[in-house]
Amino acid sequence: MKLSVTVRVNGRTYEREIEPRLLLVHFLRDVAGLTGTKIGCDTSQCGACTVLLDGATVKSCTCLTAQADGCAITTIEGLAKDGQLSAVQEAFWSKHGLQCGYCTPGMVFAAHAIVSTIPNPSPEQIRHGLEGNMCRCTGYQNIVRAVQLAAAGGNAS
Amino acid sequence: MTTTAAASKPARIFGSGIRRREDPRLLTGTALYTADITLPGMVYAAVLRSPYGHARIRSLDTTGANSAPGVLAVYTGADTEGVLQFIPCAWLVPNADLKVSPYRALAKDTVRYVGDAVAVVVAESPQQAVDALDFIDAQYDALDATVDPELAARAGAPQLHAEAPGNIAFHWTVAGGEIDAAFKSAEVVVRERIVQQRLIPTAMEPRGIIAQYTPATGELTLWNTTQNPHIVRFIMSLVTGVPEDRLRVIAPEVGGGFGSKISQIQGDFIAVFCAMRLGRPVKWIETRSENYQGTTHGRDHVQDVELAATRDGKILGLRCTTWAGMGAYLSTAAPGVPTILHGLMLSGPYQVPAVKEEVYGVYTNTTPVDAYRGAGRPEATFMLERLIDSLADEIKMDPVEVRRRNLIPPFANGHTVVTGLTYDSGNYQGALDKALGHINYDALRREQKEARAKGRYLGIGVCCYVEICGLGPSQVAGAVGFQGGLWESAIVRIHPSGKVHVFIGASPHGQGEETTFAQIVADEIGVAVTDVKIVHGDTESTPMGWGTYGSRTTAVGGAALAFAARKIKDKAKLLAGHLLEAAVEDIDYSDGKFFVRGAPDKHKTIQDIALLANVAWALPQGMDPGLEASSFYDPPNFCYPFGTHVAVVEIDPDTGHVTVKRYVAVDDCGPQINPVIVEGQVHGGVVQGLGQALWEEAVYDTTGQLITGSLADYAIPRADTLPDIEVLSTVTPSPHNPIGVKGVGEAGTIVSTCTVYNAVIDALEPFKVRSIRMPLTPERVWRAMKTKG
Repeated sequence: MKLSVTVRVNGRTYEREIEPRLLLVHFLRDVAGLTGTKIGCDTSQCGACTVLLDGATVKSCTCLTAQADGCAITTIEGLAKDGQLSAVQEAFWSKHGLQCGYCTPGMVFAAHAIVSTIPNPSPEQIRHGLEGNMCRCTGYQNIVRAVQLAAAGGNAS
Repeated sequence: MTTTAAASKPARIFGSGIRRREDPRLLTGTALYTADITLPGMVYAAVLRSPYGHARIRSLDTTGANSAPGVLAVYTGADTEGVLQFIPCAWLVPNADLKVSPYRALAKDTVRYVGDAVAVVVAESPQQAVDALDFIDAQYDALDATVDPELAARAGAPQLHAEAPGNIAFHWTVAGGEIDAAFKSAEVVVRERIVQQRLIPTAMEPRGIIAQYTPATGELTLWNTTQNPHIVRFIMSLVTGVPEDRLRVIAPEVGGGFGSKISQIQGDFIAVFCAMRLGRPVKWIETRSENYQGTTHGRDHVQDVELAATRDGKILGLRCTTWAGMGAYLSTAAPGVPTILHGLMLSGPYQVPAVKEEVYGVYTNTTPVDAYRGAGRPEATFMLERLIDSLADEIKMDPVEVRRRNLIPPFANGHTVVTGLTYDSGNYQGALDKALGHINYDALRREQKEARAKGRYLGIGVCCYVEICGLGPSQVAGAVGFQGGLWESAIVRIHPSGKVHVFIGASPHGQGEETTFAQIVADEIGVAVTDVKIVHGDTESTPMGWGTYGSRTTAVGGAALAFAARKIKDKAKLLAGHLLEAAVEDIDYSDGKFFVRGAPDKHKTIQDIALLANVAWALPQGMDPGLEASSFYDPPNFCYPFGTHVAVVEIDPDTGHVTVKRYVAVDDCGPQINPVIVEGQVHGGVVQGLGQALWEEAVYDTTGQLITGSLADYAIPRADTLPDIEVLSTVTPSPHNPIGVKGVGEAGTIVSTCTVYNAVIDALEPFKVRSIRMPLTPERVWRAMKTKG
């Protein structure tokens, strides 16, 4: 059985026939060819696959493509505009908020969600907001600093 | 604004915390990791793994899978037998009666751990390959299993390999000084059993490989999640028979390793076998659960340790017996970890007159262990630092004072310790003083006392460490049975336009050497850091190197690079002398300019010289064209970074929950090329060590089932469970390294586990708790408080 879906990803529309069981993360990586979204586990713990679905952060391994039918997705490839990094991306760069980079696409969206929902987040609020995303390299500290910087509009030291 | 321009001298790029050049591609999703690469005609492998810890394979029927949709082939151990050689162990520790049992890419007759590979399906899609695994009919006869290294070494334990009676893979002893006399004369002896629980490295990128074989040319190309592509080429050649010159290994973007991407694992060889059989590119990417079963684990020691001392706190000797779990087979570097990287560091930063350790490497029905961040050194540091706190408790002396009485005095160029190693340089008191001063130790002890009076349980842990890293020299590698060299090489090539290409054999995978290595070159030859490109991770374009592990890439690879850059500078000086019509002895160099001494306006830039060297219109007699140099660097000694860490914890008496309130790290890795990157390494290292102390353990049941077989069950640190790490440093250059640097990748992990552990035991002083098995979960801490140890 095949299922017909229409998913908008980073402003481009994909109309595809898919297997009903196809996870959104596999659709993004294998069908749309957007490999920036990562797979780090098989139990929805690590958050490397986090994307925006109609503006909300979702773990794309926990979502069937069928559930995203008619939705608009933003992946890490769609975040920088005209070659300009977003404020969150820029802050990760400035604060050394990444090392191997594998958790980074998901982490950037987790950070994005914090910055866009909590004005002036405290370190505790930031850490709470990041708990669904795992990083093995940074110890999270510089990610917290990056979120603080992004939340301050890129002006904090 | 000419006034400021004239006054400002450019800041030195070496030592500057510039942003990493790796980051834009990683931040935009454009970096390509192994799993992101697709080749024309590519097919996909899925591996059937043993669900038993120990079993005989009674029957294996693949006919159902063979006819499943999309399936191209199904292979078992019968297909690979005799075609693939055994997976080699590459650290053959001498004088240890080492028994290397055959490790097959696909098991034959017997499976020895949950995850042992049994069969492989290759299909047109990854989903079809996984689906078809269900149609393989594998029948097993379960055998008794053994999973604890100490129990597995006892008489009557289930036996894994005929070649290794009693499950003993090796028995290694390190001894120095008069250990029996030390214990005979001791006024105090403290003892402890320490369980260094088994850990799972958990690099966020799981392992995987793409293998492409071209029958017409006999060439095999691999894209592999590896820390050491040149070693992969060497080992893959041995196992498959493909000559090294026909084998190309590419480490694309690699998402962390922590030791788990040093070895070659079953899946790597299986994918290569399939690609060679089918003549199509084969991709194998493990799932996280598969990673937990099929990639390597770390630690897994049971240690009986005793420390002899005087009543006034002077250490006389350290003696121990260690059972080190090896898992079901010996992985690439496994035997070297609990021996060379562990036993030789037993005396730590202290004047310990005598040591002896007997290490039994033990086969168990578990996933093979190998290096995991720190690799042997955390297990040594913990032993000593734990026992020193026990001693302090026993003789009623402040644990810091005990440390002070035993630390090796500062030295700048060599200090030989009881195990025979010669540390390069150290100022252990300096790091200790800085840490204690920063945290205000005396005030902290007063605060602790006041808190206790109010029923709050604060604990303070102070640990000193020295570690061995920057692995070579190669001569020592050979002497200790490492089946390779430990040098590094680099090529520096300056193009006619003055832009610089650097090719290195080491293979960074998150540490940021594309940035720090460019800083080294820019500093040495005076080009802009943005004009230097670092190329790594492809055996076809980079010179030989032994890989990125053991905190060695900067200390060894960076030194090779510095020497290559200095050769460039030497040639540039010759050319400058020629062009400026001066003797080379009269040419000075400063900030990228070569000039005649005393006449700085008469100069040539490195860019001027690069153009003239490359066009070669007017070279001095006998000089080769081009401006390029290569260098091979085999270090004369290891590097020995050191430091002091302090943890402050608070324990909730109702739940046993441990909160790390403060954590101070003072580390000395010599001069820092990029302090921002150094700080990041310390953060990550400390947090991994905290993970061991508080949360992480690979748990097996008695039948060999991995209970913590996914990220839902294995608890790595999360953002909301951690304090900020306060990072400080001291700077003691290594006397033998051309840029003075040591390593910093593992330091945090090596000392933080014990620092937090000691803080927890300190907090529980009113309960007379001396020891709790790690990880220090709330339940374990709560029970210890209830039972008073």
